[in-house]
Amino acid sequence: MTGPARQDGPAAGRAASPLFEFTDVVVRLGEITALDGVTVAIPDGGVTAIVGPSGSGKSTLLRLCNRLEVAERGRIAYRGRPLEERDPRALRREVGMVFQQPTLVAGTVGDNLALADPGADDAVRRGALARVALDADLLTRDAGALSGGEAQRVCLARTLLTRPAVLLLDEPTAALDAAPTRAFERTVAALAEDGIPALWVTHDLPQLRRVADAVVVLDAGRVVAAFGDAAEAAGHAALVRLLEPEGDHGRR
Amino acid sequence: MAGADVDAVGLALSLTLVAVAVAVSAWRGLRLERSILWSVLRALVQLLLVGVALTVVIDPASPVAWSWLWVGLMLLYAADVVRRRAPEVPRLWSLALAAFAVTTALSLGLVFGLGILPQEGRTVVPLAGLMIGNAMSATVLVARRSVEEVRDKRLEVEARVALGHGRREAARPYLASALRSALVPQIETTKAVGLVFLPGAMTGLILAGVDPLDAVMVQAVVMFLVLGAAASNATVISLGLVTRLFAPDDRPLRIARPPDA
Repeated sequence: MTGPARQDGPAAGRAASPLFEFTDVVVRLGEITALDGVTVAIPDGGVTAIVGPSGSGKSTLLRLCNRLEVAERGRIAYRGRPLEERDPRALRREVGMVFQQPTLVAGTVGDNLALADPGADDAVRRGALARVALDADLLTRDAGALSGGEAQRVCLARTLLTRPAVLLLDEPTAALDAAPTRAFERTVAALAEDGIPALWVTHDLPQLRRVADAVVVLDAGRVVAAFGDAAEAAGHAALVRLLEPEGDHGRR
Repeated sequence: MAGADVDAVGLALSLTLVAVAVAVSAWRGLRLERSILWSVLRALVQLLLVGVALTVVIDPASPVAWSWLWVGLMLLYAADVVRRRAPEVPRLWSLALAAFAVTTALSLGLVFGLGILPQEGRTVVPLAGLMIGNAMSATVLVARRSVEEVRDKRLEVEARVALGHGRREAARPYLASALRSALVPQIETTKAVGLVFLPGAMTGLILAGVDPLDAVMVQAVVMFLVLGAAASNATVISLGLVTRLFAPDDRPLRIARPPDA
């Protein structure tokens, strides 16, 4: 199987090697085989959507990229270099992640940003909020008093403070309404334009049409299709069949 | 000694109190009669055996090494009790053993090193026993609470790790909260002593005819020893648990819930 090979977009010039390259990767979580021999290349640029039904291994594939999971078998390369050669902590700061639920800790928004960079001064923290289109006044706000959309953006701003080169997004808008979902999508698209490619796990077909440049389709722990072009993917019968039965289509 | 000696007849007569417990069980249909009798029999045999062994061990003629050997066996057993009472905590036995060993070395080292009490069979075994026994509940509590806390706050913990925090840093707030809640009961007990209950060591000394003020001095040492032991034990467990809850690359491990939970 060939991975999605993107030839256009902002990264076209430097995309000599893939962002992530998985070769025959097997992951077992207890009794469950979450990934069962995955071979795929993620293009270095734009937003790559990772789609598939629940339990297909999307999150596991994503979490391999910052070593929140480790493979039992197979090889994973990050920009041409084996992932396990990298220092895990440095890797995690370079490959940032936003989770499905907001993961803010007790305290103010500022306290939360300090988790990523304790030394950041107010100007830097305001800058991080501005990058995710949030008001700088939020710095002193109690993190528990934010709306879901604001909380996810603060999480994204916090991740940006580690100066990531890549973003991993694990269904970050699954719990959000339409308007904050769109706002989050626009922010990620802008970051991708700025040269921070993203892997975006979703099982929402309309969202895939809106955000994805490339698409990887998983089912039962295997890659069943990969597309370099989202328009082609969105019309693909196998993909529609996989995502529709879940009833997520047109949810928002 | 002007103390209260209990002879065999006295011991036999005290069994009438057990008869009361048995009678209550029979009267209210609790069906605990067999279990009561069995527990009393066990306690009696265990205490008699311990008494005989202690007589040998604390004999001033016996080398004090025998006492330390006894303490070593107590440590092994205590670690096993902790493991059984917190089955959901992975690989707890070796950790608990290390904690008890560190605590015992530290606190008895202080007591004997500073000459607060003389190091002899008569002091080593009872002090170690008191300390280990009393530190046990704080130890079990901190282990269970830590696992619970890290499991409940898994999202936050993962987010911290994903930001590049090391496992100790990522776990610190959650382990601290567990440590706190494990130590509070011990602190409360220390506060209430004398007002609500007269602790065992003091009661025993007074019954054996020691002047109450002398008994109080010994009891104070014992209480402080227990408080320090609980704190040191719980801290070692808390620090060590990081290696049980996280992989060396800082990844939080999945902790299976115990089958009965």
